[in-house]
Amino acid sequence: MAQCTMVEALNLALDQNMAADNDVVVMGEDIGVNGGVFRVTKGLRDKYGELRVLDTPLAENAIIGTAVGMAIYGLKPVAEIQFSGFTMQAFDQIEQNMARLRNRSRGRYTVGMVLRAPYGGGIRAVEHHSESREAYWAHTPGLKCVIPSGPRNARALLHAAINDPDPVVFYEPKAVYRAFREDVPEEPEPIEIGKAEVVREGSDVTMIAYGAMMRPAREAVDDLADLHNVDVELIDLLSISPMDTQTLAESVRKTGRCVVVHEGPRTCGIAAEIIARLNEHAFEFLCAPIRRVTGYDIHFPYFQVEQHYLPDADTIIEAVQETVAWE
Amino acid sequence: MTTTSKSRSRKPGPVEMTAPLDSDGDAGSTARTMGQDKIDLGSVTDLSILDANGTVDNALDPKLPAAELKRIHRAMVMTRKLDERMLRMQRQGEMGTFAPGLGQEATQIGQVYPLTKDDWYSPSYRSFGAQLWRGWTIDGLMLLWDGYFEGFTIPDGINDLPFSIVIGSHVGPAVGVAMGMRSRGDNNVMLVNYGDGASSQGIVAEAMNFAAVYKAPCVFVCENNGWAISVPSENQAGVRELVRRGPAYGIESIRVDGNDILAMIVATQRAVEHARAGKGPYYIEAQTYRMSLHTTADDPKVYRDETQVKQWEAKCPIARFETYLATKGVLSEADCERIGQECEQEILASREVFRERARANPREVFDYMFDELPAELLEQKEEYLRKLERKGLE
Ligand SMILES: Cc1ncc(C[n+]2csc(CCOP(=O)(O)OP(=O)(O)O)c2C)c(N)n1
Repeated sequence: MAQCTMVEALNLALDQNMAADNDVVVMGEDIGVNGGVFRVTKGLRDKYGELRVLDTPLAENAIIGTAVGMAIYGLKPVAEIQFSGFTMQAFDQIEQNMARLRNRSRGRYTVGMVLRAPYGGGIRAVEHHSESREAYWAHTPGLKCVIPSGPRNARALLHAAINDPDPVVFYEPKAVYRAFREDVPEEPEPIEIGKAEVVREGSDVTMIAYGAMMRPAREAVDDLADLHNVDVELIDLLSISPMDTQTLAESVRKTGRCVVVHEGPRTCGIAAEIIARLNEHAFEFLCAPIRRVTGYDIHFPYFQVEQHYLPDADTIIEAVQETVAWE
Repeated sequence: MTTTSKSRSRKPGPVEMTAPLDSDGDAGSTARTMGQDKIDLGSVTDLSILDANGTVDNALDPKLPAAELKRIHRAMVMTRKLDERMLRMQRQGEMGTFAPGLGQEATQIGQVYPLTKDDWYSPSYRSFGAQLWRGWTIDGLMLLWDGYFEGFTIPDGINDLPFSIVIGSHVGPAVGVAMGMRSRGDNNVMLVNYGDGASSQGIVAEAMNFAAVYKAPCVFVCENNGWAISVPSENQAGVRELVRRGPAYGIESIRVDGNDILAMIVATQRAVEHARAGKGPYYIEAQTYRMSLHTTADDPKVYRDETQVKQWEAKCPIARFETYLATKGVLSEADCERIGQECEQEILASREVFRERARANPREVFDYMFDELPAELLEQKEEYLRKLERKGLE
């Protein structure tokens, strides 16, 4: 057990997988000599050399396009996109090849690769460095998408993603990168992509969040218990696609009420999908309309005002109280 | 990077300079050359007028009037002083992350000098020297880099695009503006600035091709400062001379010593005239060096050898220009000293304006999304304003 930040935990997962399997390669902008702008790939170049740690030219579409080719050839590429805002440059290759080559080749070729990218707001960054657009990848058939919330599940999920036979978009909440430490065991922990985790059991209302939003969610849950006598069941979604409908529905069947939290824009966001599924799987148990606390349908604001855009504990508490009060 | 190019570089005479890397008529001959053992680099033109010691090539000296030389010098000094001040402010917690341009002052001022107010300029995020020349204010740029959206207000009377942080992405719209100029038969030019790293982006290649196909009056200034964060330009592209990207698209091109203000002005002037005359786009590779950090969040010690930086210190664009100005009797050392202080004073005064204007306006984040906010967005805005109220912000 070592106390790790999320950055260190991700580095551990990469390092262990590269040590175990020569086919694991990492590639991206400034990830080699520089160790990545957030230092997630620190030290890997010295250890595994420039053929397995590729400092690429500045071209996201080619990073993903060539990673797809390497995966088809049998390698296990882990491609870093420096900020998730720049996955848009690679939309072409993600949609046309990463998500489709298995199907197009009738299963002859598989695209076992990971696209890693830091996402989300809250670090006082310039434009395009704060987006939360995971909904794009949930909307793209053929892709998996996961988002950890802390060092321990980050390590476990990245290990699972690298060893998954299909393409995984792995979004890292950069606001959590160095926010806190957790015990991370030396041995990789098995975790299944597609499973949500009930992190706190409760009886009054279900709260579903993921990634960086788990922090204000936890804060809200604690305040609701301590100050407002509301007992929240908190679920960390972890896997955006596929989504663990069963765990979500079971919880809501129990509590009858639900609030979903994410920082990405509201329209066609992940909350919309969750609510649709709960409608399909838990409708007759609902005592109140399901609420969502999300970012707005606007471009992520400049950093002096970003804190007002991001969902915070107070807003979440208010939504929960309204949901609980509904008769 | 530079040592290799140096050995190949030839100084063009003034006549030769008017037809560097001609692509149009030579398409056939280029194809023939390609078939032979070695690609003919004979037509790659390097332009250098004022060398690192401040010695001028008299035949090429544009011989600008003293008043113009002074204006240019002041702008270069202002660019450097602002850079230094912003870095200090950032280190003291009064400025957000920004990209210093130390050492690139000649490239910056030289590329916008030949533009008129009616021409358009599409800057990179490291172009604040050029932006100041174009009419952006110091306090505005400070606001922008300190995370105030208001800083992005485009000054009245100029046609400039806001920079885009997404590398290379602005080159598409820039070429589109130039295509618009051609459609309307206007006599204006678009000049777009980006880095060596940006030259690897698909959109840059695609947009260059469009510019060539539609003979768009667009001048591309690829500011090769040797680095894209930690990636040296020799690892960025298989071709050492980025200038060769131009002819590959059928675009007339020239490579310039970007630390030489006179060469930058002469080359850009020629490029702008070419585009204005309806002859299509023009491509300039300006060779310079990023003396400072990539951004204030970067630590170059991790990836670059500081001796290279030392070598480039000797090629300082401002020092060599000041030698030239002293030789011409335009400015003495004491004058330069005084100008430095005046710039510093002006920056400090602007910093006061910045401090006064630095008031976050969280209410406006919905205001520039659409001509008219759709009902659903209005609803979200009201919800957001209630949130602000709850937080005690009007
Ligand atoms: C599409 C895209 N990818 C990655 C980045 C992150 N990034 C910011 S600046 C930079 C290097 C740019 O190098 P260059 O184009 O040479 O310009 P310079 O910074 O040297 O002026 C990178 C990779 C980005 N902003 N946009």
